[in-house]
Amino acid sequence: MNALTAPFAAIGRGTMDTLALIGRIAIYAIDAISHMLRPPFYPREFLHQLGLIGWLSLPVVGLTALFTGGALALQIYAGGARFNAETVVPSIVAIGIVRELGPVLGGLMVAGRVAASIAAEIGTMKVTEQIDALTTLSTHPMKYLTVPRVLAAVVTLPILVAIGDAIGIMGGYLVGTLRLDFNSAAYMTNTINFLEAGDVISGLVKASVFGFIVATMGCYHGMNAGKGAQGVGRATTSAVVSASILILASNYILTEVFFSA
Amino acid sequence: MIEMQDIHKSFGPKDVLRGVNLTVATGESMVIIGGSGSGKSVTIKCILGLIHPDSGRILLDGKDVEEEERDAFLARFGMLFQGGALFDSLPVWQNVAFRLLRGSLKRPKSEARDVAIEKLRRVGLTSDVADQFPAELSGGMQKRVGLARAIAADPEVIFFDEPTTGLDPIMAGVINDLIREIVVEMGATAITITHDMTSVRAIADKVAMLHAGKIRWSGPVADMDDCGDPYVDQFINGRAEGPIEAVR
Repeated sequence: MNALTAPFAAIGRGTMDTLALIGRIAIYAIDAISHMLRPPFYPREFLHQLGLIGWLSLPVVGLTALFTGGALALQIYAGGARFNAETVVPSIVAIGIVRELGPVLGGLMVAGRVAASIAAEIGTMKVTEQIDALTTLSTHPMKYLTVPRVLAAVVTLPILVAIGDAIGIMGGYLVGTLRLDFNSAAYMTNTINFLEAGDVISGLVKASVFGFIVATMGCYHGMNAGKGAQGVGRATTSAVVSASILILASNYILTEVFFSA
Repeated sequence: MIEMQDIHKSFGPKDVLRGVNLTVATGESMVIIGGSGSGKSVTIKCILGLIHPDSGRILLDGKDVEEEERDAFLARFGMLFQGGALFDSLPVWQNVAFRLLRGSLKRPKSEARDVAIEKLRRVGLTSDVADQFPAELSGGMQKRVGLARAIAADPEVIFFDEPTTGLDPIMAGVINDLIREIVVEMGATAITITHDMTSVRAIADKVAMLHAGKIRWSGPVADMDDCGDPYVDQFINGRAEGPIEAVR
């Protein structure tokens, strides 16, 4: 009987554990938002995190966007040639980058860099009792550690993605003009004419949501790190994996919201 | 005065505290001894509110600590953590003056720095270390910085978690002497947890032994050697044979 029910029990346990984890993360995220609205605030920490999360992620996001824009131009040119529609390259590259690839790839790259770094830093603070020390020094860890990081990520991700969008379009432009013999002025005109404000805004809103996800996952898993180096290692992995999955899932939901008829 | 009344705390199936009753008078230096995993750290974390007990009450000057306003309550405490728990990202002086740079005790930066340097001097460190980072200091110096941070805001109650762990015997003696001097000088109430018997004799007015989640014995340090409790006797004399089972 046990052998028969064991697989169902395992599935049930796994489901319950997953639901409990989702619940804990949701409570943590709501708690973080509520602390954002109540003093004390730590502007110096916020500015410090702006630099760490935003400025230092710029090379990663910029390079990702540059190569993605270039590859996209080649792919669309090859695909478009089947329908004699090579001229759509500039507009499709721009729309693809701005609506989808810029925020998603930017978010995923920042998840790899920032969620891992936040989880490792806060996880190490947890195992070395620095979080307890903060509390005994009358400083709420949620306000001092989580809020500045989450706010900084929410603010910087759209800026990073906006810069990434421009670089991505530039990547497409370089490949289009240098490799595919597009006329430079015509390429730019096509790009600008077909791009709408809604395309850009939806991408930046997505980026902001992804920023919230990245920093919240880094902080949550860091704060809940197990003991020792292994605990910190697991927290780091969990932060990156959960942030990446949530970015892809929320991207679908946001796309439905923005572009469904 | 701090009173712990019938404190219970479990972590999953493991009952760590099973009815701890302990009273620490104002200005007294209480040392809690007990084997590794006996619940010493959990006991002081319960008083500080870092861990919430499953049942029982903790009173500070007759008031339930759970009902106190959190910031005002914590401002009355200082704590020296076992590993120092210094903030890696901040220079030494900002670690010491952490409480003075933010929150209800906030002061101008220059004044906070002056207080930090004064506290560093009090624990035997020169102003040269003020701008260094914790990772650049030796273990003994980190303990001193942790001690300076614990006393920076002149707390009424100071906790010391294994203050001599990881130090050589001479540095351990120096830290013990410093703790004793500072506690007497400030008139603070001190609660120390340790299994270093040299520390116990140097720091304690009173000793309480925690075993199997309960206070096994408590009394003045002078009575400890002749208390007649076989558990205390085995522990303070470091014998492998006795009522406390030692895993070999």
